[in-house]
Amino acid sequence: MTDLFSKFDPLIQQREDLLSTGIKDPFSLVMEKVISPTVALCNGKETILLGTYNYMGMTFDPDVLAAGKKALDEFGAGTTGSRVLNGTYSPHRDCEEALKEFYGMDHAMVFSTGYQANLGIISTMASKEDYIILDIDSHASIYDGCALGNAQIVPFRHNDIDALEKRLKRLPPEAGKLVVLEGVYSMLGDIAPLKEMITIAKAHGAMVLVDEAHSMGFIGPKGRGVAEDQGVLDQVDFVIGTFSKSVGTVGGFCVSNHPKFEVLRLVCRPYVFTASLPPSVVATAATSIRKLMHAGDKRAHLWENSRKLHKGLKDLGFQLGTETPQSAIISVIMPDLERGAAMWEALLDRGVYVNLARPPATPAGMTLLRCSLCAEHSSEQVDDIIGRFKAAGAAAGVLG
Amino acid sequence: MEKRADTFNRVAELIEPFNKKGVSLSDATTFATDLEWDSLTVMDFVASIEDEFDIIITMNMQAEIENVGQLVDTVISVQDN
Repeated sequence: MTDLFSKFDPLIQQREDLLSTGIKDPFSLVMEKVISPTVALCNGKETILLGTYNYMGMTFDPDVLAAGKKALDEFGAGTTGSRVLNGTYSPHRDCEEALKEFYGMDHAMVFSTGYQANLGIISTMASKEDYIILDIDSHASIYDGCALGNAQIVPFRHNDIDALEKRLKRLPPEAGKLVVLEGVYSMLGDIAPLKEMITIAKAHGAMVLVDEAHSMGFIGPKGRGVAEDQGVLDQVDFVIGTFSKSVGTVGGFCVSNHPKFEVLRLVCRPYVFTASLPPSVVATAATSIRKLMHAGDKRAHLWENSRKLHKGLKDLGFQLGTETPQSAIISVIMPDLERGAAMWEALLDRGVYVNLARPPATPAGMTLLRCSLCAEHSSEQVDDIIGRFKAAGAAAGVLG
Repeated sequence: MEKRADTFNRVAELIEPFNKKGVSLSDATTFATDLEWDSLTVMDFVASIEDEFDIIITMNMQAEIENVGQLVDTVISVQDN
């Protein structure tokens, strides 16, 4: 018998090698208690959370919690069914209304996760004879959506406007085309030149999908994302987003002005063949989304935090993913996985949690410590974080 | 046959900047095992092939290509279509 798990042997070995050096497993952290959007107890120690994508700190917002508790009492713990059968309650509809208000768009469709939103929308729209033109650094959910749909996949170099244009020019003019972009790329925290890229995509007759998972609530005058910030939201055919970042709960969505959009509810398999979100979850999401429409002050403070951390880490001599702060993600580039893991542990020992990211999730085989800031981080917390990075960097041999 | 030989030569020329180990090239030379290319190198190389021949080699096609000969055949068939 061939053991089907043999293919994982190199990964098992790499993990064992890393742990045998005495390092804590960076992928099995447990939070024993969550004190606030920015602080939790990890291994009995009070830890500043700097890797949760909880950008707007809505997870403990009193109005959000109250809405969830009320829905839990009134509608129960779960729907036990698909959105197209018994799984649509009034809170699901209300949540879609909130999204339409937030984006000023005609249609909104809520999925059980952001991953499923990309999986469902991309795989359903583009079939075998269509082309999907995507940034090579796209998120796994975008690639998986491509794989599920059998479309012809044409990648282009990350954020390279000319590379996109060259490829569009070479495709048959009459073929169906979907250009897939992200507002913020989560590994390095850099933003896309959406304005230029969308203009080119439209000139070549392509539809455009933009994943704004890491920008919703924060970037753009109304928090609608990078496309809004660059003044091209009206040219985006489909915006994909998530409730598991700025919104502070779980779920995914697509909003659109396409007149035939609603047909997707019947044909999109990752929407149809799974249970809908619990009513308490969509009630918290709807409340949070409506509050995010008026969160200008929080957005301003989050930008301050991002700028401060970026400058602080740069001044200490860390190599960062972007020259200037472009989003609420500040990515610190580590020399290799071993020192990355050591630095991660040194930070955790000093009460700071960040994400350790490594290949294949990262571009160019990099090991990254991804920091994501929260609007609820105080200025003093950011100062603290910078101080602890200095100490951890010295302890882990990352800072010279 | 002349076209195939010509295409092979142009492909081989484009491989050279990425041929760090100086592997001698034939139809049977594989990208992953013989040339030891990682996914980043593949991406750069595919882009240079696409620009040279003014074609698109989709990821679907790339998944079927393991050696130089298969790439040359793909380039010719894409140009003919």
